[in-house]
Amino acid sequence: MEPILELKKLCYSYHTPEGEVKALNDISFRLMPGEFISIVGPSGCGKSTLLSLITGLLTPESGTLSVKTNAAMGYMLQRDNLFEWRTVYSNILLGLEIQKKLTKDYIQPVDKMIEDYGLSQFKSSRPSQLSGGMRQRAALIRTLALKPDILLLDEPFSALDYQTRLEVSDDIGKIIKSEGKTAILVTHDISEAISMGDRVIILSRRPGTIKKIIPVQVSIDDRTPFSTRFTPEFKDIFNEVWKELN
Amino acid sequence: MSTYQELFLKKRRRYRHFILFFQFFLLVFFILLWEIAARHGWINDFIFSSPERMFSAFIKMARTGEIFRHTLITLLETFVSFLFVIGCGLITAILMWSFKSLSDILEPYIVTLNSLPKSALAPVLIVWLGTGYKTIIVTAVSVSVFGTILSLYTSFAETSPEKIKLITTLGGSRKDILTKLILPGSIPVIISCMKVNIGLCLVGVIIAEFLVANAGLGYVIIYNSQIFKMDLVLLSICLLCIMAALLYKLINMIEKKLS
Repeated sequence: MEPILELKKLCYSYHTPEGEVKALNDISFRLMPGEFISIVGPSGCGKSTLLSLITGLLTPESGTLSVKTNAAMGYMLQRDNLFEWRTVYSNILLGLEIQKKLTKDYIQPVDKMIEDYGLSQFKSSRPSQLSGGMRQRAALIRTLALKPDILLLDEPFSALDYQTRLEVSDDIGKIIKSEGKTAILVTHDISEAISMGDRVIILSRRPGTIKKIIPVQVSIDDRTPFSTRFTPEFKDIFNEVWKELN
Repeated sequence: MSTYQELFLKKRRRYRHFILFFQFFLLVFFILLWEIAARHGWINDFIFSSPERMFSAFIKMARTGEIFRHTLITLLETFVSFLFVIGCGLITAILMWSFKSLSDILEPYIVTLNSLPKSALAPVLIVWLGTGYKTIIVTAVSVSVFGTILSLYTSFAETSPEKIKLITTLGGSRKDILTKLILPGSIPVIISCMKVNIGLCLVGVIIAEFLVANAGLGYVIIYNSQIFKMDLVLLSICLLCIMAALLYKLINMIEKKLS
């Protein structure tokens, strides 16, 4: 099978009048269709930079980044960034509105997702009337509305309290699996990375380089983020990642 | 409805009535005190006028329609300059946001012009533009347009970078950022600018009328104060008070419509 995304020796630096800060150094990995990769690393190690490079918001200084032709990207940010002056529904349709894709083909699946993920009675509410978990689900539907092939999740749960975080990451993990999406999750929460990912990429302190890639293999069928946390392998993988990070 | 809810609503209503009553009372008390003081000779009613004298002056001028003409002229001048301030302010702020180099170039000039006392400009404008309504409107616009540009631009520039990133990742262009994020997100700031500006425009119009006009409430005030017709001066000031209050109400109504 052909990888949907391939990075080869990617480097990136930030430039300020005070000097140059090397953010990423020699990053190489491949992502297969349908795969879920988690990236962990200490804060400031260039995780978000890596996502910005993959989406094309930033251009790499050296190295190559190849995306399978016609693969569309969806980006989920740290905060939900729902606009208060729009209803929940028109927030969800924002991407389609911008790309002028407000057609039945796109709106129908959106309506179905809204139904499936329990937001139908809040369609005409304001974002501030929603709980943190519901806001995050609305933000996910907004991203999925554009039918992306690769989903980039930039610490999407970091603004939530712990209980909601467990629930929402389980929800969103299931949604991504059931929609058959390829995804990259950036986080500093080790258990979240392991519970959601098929592989965990560990980045070093700045400049970020890949320290190790650890596959997550657990002994249960139909694993979900939540059930993965209770497998016997989970603790071992956690320790391995922890050791690599320190 | 539960009794507690009823009690709560009752309490709220009572409080509102209490406030309204004292607001009204303050006005009536002030007018009565003024009138009594004038009648008993505690104050000289030739200099301080009195509500009764103002009222009869109003009736006299209302018969000829003169007072309405002056009020209307001031009102129109204020509206026109207000529209110019909001229009020019928005357009300039959008341009400055669209071209960062433009805002970097213009910033020191706008900051300087903003702190310049605008009444100093008026004599120059009279020489350049004559003594007509053009000078009045330009003076009034110059009073508030620079401050408006600065506060609108600041609000545009302070839009959260994460929200801008969101629009970009959804495939939006600079234009989408402007129309879907910056402008709708700045509506509260635009409204508060309007609230400040409607007052400032009135200030600018009155200053300019003091200097050049031959009509308008500012002209009535300055002309009659020179011939000691204080009834007319104070009457005009009262009308200005009413006008200011109504204009503010109008902006409040627009605010309710928009949000």
